[in-house]
Amino acid sequence: MAEIMYWEAIQRAHDEEMARDPLVICMGEDIGVAGGTYKATKGLYEKYGPLRVMDTPISENGYTGLGVGASFLGVKPIIEIMSVNFAWLAMDQIFNSAAKVRYMSGGQLTAPIVVRSAGGAAHQLGAQHSARMEKVFMGIAGLRVVTPSNPKQAYGLLKSAVRSPDPVYINEHELMYNMKGEVPDEEYFHPLEGSEVTRPGTDVTLFGYNISVHWCLKAAEILAKQYNISAEVVDLYALAPLDREGIKKSVAKTHKAVIAEEDEAPCGVGSEVMAIINEECFWELDAPPVRVHSALVPQPYAHNLEKATIPNHEDVVKAVLKLFGKA
Amino acid sequence: MKLKDRKRVLREMILARRFEERCYQAYIERKIGGFLHLYPGQEACCFGVMEAARPGFDYVITGYRDHVHAIKCGADPKAVMAELYGKETGCSKGRGGSMHIFDVAHRFMGGYALVGGPFPLAAGMAKAIQMKGGDEIAICFLGDSANNQGTFHETMNMAALWNLPVLFVCENNLYGIGTALHRSTAVVDQYKRVCAYGIESDVCDGQDIEVVLEHAHKAVEYVRSRKGPYFLELKTYRYRGHSMSDSRGYRSREEEEQWKQRDPINILRDRMIAEDKYTMAEFEALEKEIDDYIENEVIKFAEESPDPKVEELTKYVLAD
Repeated sequence: MAEIMYWEAIQRAHDEEMARDPLVICMGEDIGVAGGTYKATKGLYEKYGPLRVMDTPISENGYTGLGVGASFLGVKPIIEIMSVNFAWLAMDQIFNSAAKVRYMSGGQLTAPIVVRSAGGAAHQLGAQHSARMEKVFMGIAGLRVVTPSNPKQAYGLLKSAVRSPDPVYINEHELMYNMKGEVPDEEYFHPLEGSEVTRPGTDVTLFGYNISVHWCLKAAEILAKQYNISAEVVDLYALAPLDREGIKKSVAKTHKAVIAEEDEAPCGVGSEVMAIINEECFWELDAPPVRVHSALVPQPYAHNLEKATIPNHEDVVKAVLKLFGKA
Repeated sequence: MKLKDRKRVLREMILARRFEERCYQAYIERKIGGFLHLYPGQEACCFGVMEAARPGFDYVITGYRDHVHAIKCGADPKAVMAELYGKETGCSKGRGGSMHIFDVAHRFMGGYALVGGPFPLAAGMAKAIQMKGGDEIAICFLGDSANNQGTFHETMNMAALWNLPVLFVCENNLYGIGTALHRSTAVVDQYKRVCAYGIESDVCDGQDIEVVLEHAHKAVEYVRSRKGPYFLELKTYRYRGHSMSDSRGYRSREEEEQWKQRDPINILRDRMIAEDKYTMAEFEALEKEIDDYIENEVIKFAEESPDPKVEELTKYVLAD
């Protein structure tokens, strides 16, 4: 099993799927000749040419809609939206066309596009380049939302998304493209539904996804070493549909829960997971669940303010200690 | 350019007209819900273009004024009416309604209710056609006011850039909902607006089907021979309001009467009487036959069809 970077895993999935099926294309800003902002499509233009690796104009709603229309006729577009902030501009085509067309056509027409986008706060990018939008996507009927927390998932989720008959939104993270991890040498498909117990534990469950899984893992280590608390880490790599059973199972085992997300709190992943805990396993709880999340502000530019906005593993540790009455 | 089979086309146009007028009545009777956008007055646009193209073979997409386009592509009027009635036998299984008519088997790729939304979808279908080969084209029918959406400009740019086989048909009925074109749009000649993208364009009378046919024939052949995208503006008029809730207070009855003097069905009918020696009595018999068909088959089918099952509420959200 080779250790490769997150971006390399995504690039490999593109390459394998494009080699397999001539109707798989990729499209987005700067993805071709320029090689892709995050290198996720590196080398594909040279290999597959401009008809299949499409450098699009900077017109997100237009090219996303073009991908949707192409998918109606059996083409499988992997659409990269460079920064998730720009995906707001493509919302009309993602929500009103791709997500709804199967339903409003009574099952006659489907738009099995894949939309990949980089989200998250990174290196002082300020208000209009730091958004987290998974909470918006996960509330839309007809759309699958997945969010890889490591190279293996990044590879396997994209492979599965390309083969899926449903439209899939893949939420990547700007700070994770250079993260290394093991990816199977043979072809691998990660399920588009479910969750993973990344670290088993008995005293509290730490729910995370994408980058916050790593805060949870680090927090679990500190909790074990310094406080003798055994934390279970659950990776919610699928945000839509969310794994109700997986959430229930872990809370029924640990009886305490912390949900960590980089996004702001209102109407977010944390609120949804809390609602599920409330609905599914209220009587299993030994304490009210706690959310770790960012401050509700447009992302500030100044380094110290940015740092104060985004949570990290220390916030997760604090949340757990609060649950155990130790803070 | 003369239609090859005037009688068949006239029959289809009368069917379209009577179907739509019957929808109006069913809406008043509260048999049809939601929004209802009717097509009378504009028939020569859809029929003229589709007579030049290949219904059921070329891919067609449009906005929410979509019943007639679906039927012209090959959708069964019974299934379209059942859809308007919200029945399981409807062409979209009662999940779509008036604004979301689909008949993918006949390559009618849908009616969409976000103004301007279909532009990029049409270009995308053209992209797929380009990749897969064959000589189909994608045809996108939209009204004049869709041209003020960003998707119009984004799509024209991409269609020209990638030489996509797509025909944009602008059914310019002079109003975007209740706002006159000249009050919403800086350049009222819609065909001129694509010059900025180097797209071939043309404009003609949208009331005379044989005029539309001639211009559409040129447009369709241009796109089919892979010379690039094409934009055709047809000057037309809708008799009724934008939707059923529109009392048309923004325009004069004199203006409406003037346009009715150039009714697309009457123009073709009168020409057939003059040139082909048909009689008025023959047309009246044809109208009667169509009315009977709509009442005894189309409406009856919609009335008697079952509602969708509530247990199947979430069917079609994701793949099974």
